Amino acid sequence: MSRANPFAPTALEGRSLGAEKVARLGFLVVTLLLLIPALGILAVLVVEGAPGMSLAFFTEKPRENGAAGGIATALVGTVWLTAVALAIALPVGVAAAIYLSEYARDNWLTRTINVAIVNLAGVPSIVHALFGVGAFVHFLQFGKSILAASCTLAVMTLPVVIVATRESLQAVPKAFRDASWNMGATRWQTIWHIVLPNSGSGILTGLILVVCRAVGETAPIMFTGAVFFRQLYPGGVFDKTMALSLHLFNVSTQVTNVPRHVPFAVALTLIMVVLSMNALAIWFRMKLRGRKKW
Amino acid sequence: MVSSPAAPFAQDAAAPALLTVRGLSIRYGAKVALQGVDLDVRPNEIFGIIGPANAGKTSFLRALNRMDEFVPDMRVDGAVTFAGRDLRTIRNLYALRSHIGVVFPLPVGLPLSIYDNVALAPRLRGVKAKSELDGIVERSLRRAALWDEVKDRLKNLGSLLSGGQQQRLTIARALSQEPELLLLDEFSIAVDPVTTMRIEEVLKELRQELTIVLVTNLVQQARRLAARTAFFLGGRCVEIAATEDLFNGGAKDQRTIDYLEGRFG
Repeated sequence: MSRANPFAPTALEGRSLGAEKVARLGFLVVTLLLLIPALGILAVLVVEGAPGMSLAFFTEKPRENGAAGGIATALVGTVWLTAVALAIALPVGVAAAIYLSEYARDNWLTRTINVAIVNLAGVPSIVHALFGVGAFVHFLQFGKSILAASCTLAVMTLPVVIVATRESLQAVPKAFRDASWNMGATRWQTIWHIVLPNSGSGILTGLILVVCRAVGETAPIMFTGAVFFRQLYPGGVFDKTMALSLHLFNVSTQVTNVPRHVPFAVALTLIMVVLSMNALAIWFRMKLRGRKKW
Repeated sequence: MVSSPAAPFAQDAAAPALLTVRGLSIRYGAKVALQGVDLDVRPNEIFGIIGPANAGKTSFLRALNRMDEFVPDMRVDGAVTFAGRDLRTIRNLYALRSHIGVVFPLPVGLPLSIYDNVALAPRLRGVKAKSELDGIVERSLRRAALWDEVKDRLKNLGSLLSGGQQQRLTIARALSQEPELLLLDEFSIAVDPVTTMRIEEVLKELRQELTIVLVTNLVQQARRLAARTAFFLGGRCVEIAATEDLFNGGAKDQRTIDYLEGRFG
């Protein structure tokens, strides 16, 4: 140690430290930029839409093609579409994920399925819509209905359900399965008693992703079950229905004489539904993770 | 009956073997893990298997429990007879595994309560009565020398016990189905010396009621526990002998002598 302070930065170290500061600051700024659209959208919607938000807006049926009245039938329709899509996508997706994670061997069939899932996730929603028209409305003869629209939404969201569930199944340590199998448990007994109870957060994530997509998507439902204007609440899955997302498109671009605040209020409602679902999911997952099990 | 003070756990050599292994070979894809193993395990004996890493010890245990069903690429050739039945002819492997308990190197407390850990296998076999389950849980935990430490907190998670406790919980779980054969795979790797000695005492007790195959990386552990010991090296069984003979200069193969003296492994 010839120098007085062995920890004083050399010229090279000084430059590294300078670059480090710049990098840190740069990445922070870029990240903060992301907040602008997120907060901006919310701010505009709140400011512009607030005058339209009232209890009557949610409980009254729309009139004059949406230019007057509330959004009750659209709101209820969106709930229907989402619930039915969930009822289809969740069991199918979870079952597929269980097969892929717990049963499938690494062979050409499994690899083909995995490629198919990735590709399905990349299909644009308008293509899903056309598939839905062909497969559900015409071929299966559901007609233009909630069932057809929800099936289309379910197909579209299946890849995310499968991937999210599979990840969470894989996160359960292999040693647990080994221990269970060695005691003479079957694969299904092991899945039911050991694996599934510990993959709740992933399945929940899948559920939320379905809900958020189903609430927000417009293209897949506009050809398969959602209608421009309807004052009746749906009575069953074979009815047509209004939906929030399509209603937003219509009052923004298709209907004349719409009060300025209405589209913003509809959009705000849509975002609130999605955000509250997300918040619920995050809260649930924190609760599940809080119970440390191993 | 051959018995001498030098070999306190010597077995009746004439008794029919509980486990007969003939020409056992195990492959994972193209990789050979075990080749041409012949050995017998007699009832109520502790049979030790020693050897360095990659000797095929763990693969050997897997084959006894037919875990090849769950390991892709694993191929087992040769004949293993357990309690008079050729394992290859057993269709109901789940029943086979309830007759054979397994303990792994790393303790596995399943993410269930301590009670449910031990009661899991009996429940899967259809035991429903609370009193019967209570009895099984207490007896298994007592035999594994864990009861006194956990009897007041059976509802706590088994996976949050200490390592040594989890290993005894694993043993209790293995005992919950009253197996005839207990397979232990380097059980003391993740366990402190005191717990190791406690478990060794447990095993000596259990020898009265069941048969144990003990794979161990500790040569002295085999010496303390096993009546007979096999030395595995590079996928072959080099030598099988009464443990006392092996450690008292009776080893015939130079590789066994070198290993016992700590020259490799």
